[in-house]
Amino acid sequence: MTPRRQRMVLVGLVVAGVAVSAALALQAFRENVLFFFSPTDVVAGTAPVERGFRLGGMVLDGSVQRDPGSLTVSFVVTDFAHSIPVRYTGVLPDLFGEGQGVVARGLLDNDGAFVAEEVLAKHDENYMPPDVAEALERGRAAAQE
Amino acid sequence: MIPELGQFALILALGLALIQASVPLIGATIGRSDWTAFARPMAAGQFVFVAAAFVILAQSFLSDDFSVRYVAMHSNSALPAAYKLAAVWGGHEGSLLLWLMILATWTLAVAFASRSLPDLYAARVIGVLGIVSVGMLSFTLLTSNPFDRLLPAALDGNDLNPLLQDPGLVMHPPILYSGYVGLAVPFAFAVAALLSGSLDKNWARWTRPWTITAWMFLTVGIALGSWWAYYELGWGGWWFWDPVENASFMPWLAATALIHSLAVTERRGIFKSWTVLLAIAAFSLSLLGTFLVRSGVLISVHAFASDPSRGIFILLLLSVISGGALLLYAARARRMESEGGFRLVSRESFLLLNNILLLVATAAVLFGTLYPLFLDALGLGKISVGPPYFKTVFLIPMLPLLLLLGVGMHATWLSTNSQRLAQKLSAAAVIAMLAGILLPLIVYRSASVMTILGVALGAWVIVSALWDPVSRIVRRDAPGVPLTRAQWGMSTAHAGVGLFVLGVTVTSSFGIESDQSMREGDTLEMAGYEFQFRGTRNVDGVNYEAVEGEVEVRRDGRLLTILSPQKRVYRVQRNPMTEAAIDPQLRRDLFVALGEPLGAGAWSVRIQYKPFIRFIWLGALVMAFGGILAATDRRYRAAKDVRTMARTARQATESA
Repeated sequence: MTPRRQRMVLVGLVVAGVAVSAALALQAFRENVLFFFSPTDVVAGTAPVERGFRLGGMVLDGSVQRDPGSLTVSFVVTDFAHSIPVRYTGVLPDLFGEGQGVVARGLLDNDGAFVAEEVLAKHDENYMPPDVAEALERGRAAAQE
Repeated sequence: MIPELGQFALILALGLALIQASVPLIGATIGRSDWTAFARPMAAGQFVFVAAAFVILAQSFLSDDFSVRYVAMHSNSALPAAYKLAAVWGGHEGSLLLWLMILATWTLAVAFASRSLPDLYAARVIGVLGIVSVGMLSFTLLTSNPFDRLLPAALDGNDLNPLLQDPGLVMHPPILYSGYVGLAVPFAFAVAALLSGSLDKNWARWTRPWTITAWMFLTVGIALGSWWAYYELGWGGWWFWDPVENASFMPWLAATALIHSLAVTERRGIFKSWTVLLAIAAFSLSLLGTFLVRSGVLISVHAFASDPSRGIFILLLLSVISGGALLLYAARARRMESEGGFRLVSRESFLLLNNILLLVATAAVLFGTLYPLFLDALGLGKISVGPPYFKTVFLIPMLPLLLLLGVGMHATWLSTNSQRLAQKLSAAAVIAMLAGILLPLIVYRSASVMTILGVALGAWVIVSALWDPVSRIVRRDAPGVPLTRAQWGMSTAHAGVGLFVLGVTVTSSFGIESDQSMREGDTLEMAGYEFQFRGTRNVDGVNYEAVEGEVEVRRDGRLLTILSPQKRVYRVQRNPMTEAAIDPQLRRDLFVALGEPLGAGAWSVRIQYKPFIRFIWLGALVMAFGGILAATDRRYRAAKDVRTMARTARQATESA
């Protein structure tokens, strides 16, 4: 093969390789995208039923309940307009608490409760995740109407 | 009064930077050497004033001057002195000052080390660095002044975020920033070359050691961040594909590609415009990282409370600096002619593939990081992209990259005899495959396809990297040219990659984690270790109170160690903090963290067995060490260029 043809082969291989990886990447992207919803969105039915998503809001005061001695905990996430019960089994983050902002990743079960696989809390006491702050703002506005 | 001097010093530094950014560049264009002579003194002066500002801020921290808003926000009189010093970069304003300090240091280093370069060229490089400096200095002064006063002064400070009160914080930001900001140097070299319109092999030779040095800092900085996250906030994870991590990882990928493409440009005079583009891209990704972290668009421990004007300012800065460089590139790229061609099977081809695969990885990470932000900015919904996406898209280019890496190292320039290459590498390939199948089966009694693939690739890279050095050591008197320090560096760095791959594969294949509810006396068995919870007690720290758990670890009934994980509450900020207890060994880590009290005397406890996890950071350090070797190769010690070349030639004749 002439050097020129060799180069063409190289270029062809590279283009094909990049195309394949781009296709795989898009596939992976579609499977792993998670949408964020507030309790109001969930009640309105915008949130998916079969697919996982992220639920954000405030942990309702007095709603945290533990199975004594077990890792299962249930609490209610609210945006002041609507509330969703959440169940979670595992170690909660340090800054999880009643009256605090929280983001939970998981699925809705058949009874309309949210089963979380992961619970994230904000990183310091002054800071509220923007997603959650906005959801609370909208919920508060909706509740006042 | 003293803090005002700090602000004044920054303003003076800005003045000097303005001169540094204009006069030498104009002088180089109109050919006035009395104008270009401004470059070095301005760089030195700027360093002095930025350093003065830095020292003044540090002094305000050490002397508990809570009339300075930034100090009041991030320190406390009870904070240990070392953390007071580290708190200088514990918030937004101070970390910008650190950015400036490091840029000034790099610029000073360039000013000193560039005496052997052509005057016009050196003046342009320093001038371009001046432009970057003007941008960041005005950003600091206009939007994020660390010396703002708080009136009336606070009685005591708000304390440093407990997460940041850790030796990891003392080290991680300065080293990471040294890498981040260091990429400004190859950027400046590239832009200066575009300005002068002449890009030759010399340009690549001058740029390479700087790029490798910056890359080395970046490598260590990222590794430190990962290690810190592992024991401080990660609950045992070492990488989360968090946007902030990605922000530092993308420049690293681009810089890695740049190092390899520079090698081709230096040796063969080809890939020139590509290399220049990469140098621009690497620094642009650094600036993008700064934007992502500093603008508050991200939700993370790194995102300090922020206001939108800062984000807009950095975005503007990014578009001016990167956009300007790209415009210049568009105008000048055609002038860069290749000085030769190459064959399909040659080192050039392998390095080209290396670059493509690294850039595919960068693009995939960039897409996953930015797409949610775009969608949010356009009001189209809030999404997040989970780690599985990143794991998949990162692995796709990495598998062929590792495979090709082992071959490419042994390919020769211009054209390689593929039969001889296959002969040389067949033994290494067999060793790697045996290691991939046998190691997991013998040590862990199980193996999946991905495990075998990972271990085999790791072993492949290590064996291939060490092939030449080891055979050189074994047969000392063998004929041929001795390996240069750069070659040692290359082998070492690549062996580091292999160690890293082994670490990642074994940890993710055979790591075990378990969240348990444990009462006093409860026992958990994991990977042959017995963990017994012996209850908790209260302890008092310097500036925190803690509940300390006691977990005895036994193996075959013999007591190995007692781990004491803590749940701390810092006195000022009152945030609970988990301090994991780790028993580290090269072979495996045992990790215990306290969750929360579950009532009835039980605690939630996370117990993890992490085999080979140390190899992840060890691999990164070995990579960085390889970088040091390569950057200090004889041919880069520029000042003595001519003399060195003569000496090398003489040595070559003597040894022949």
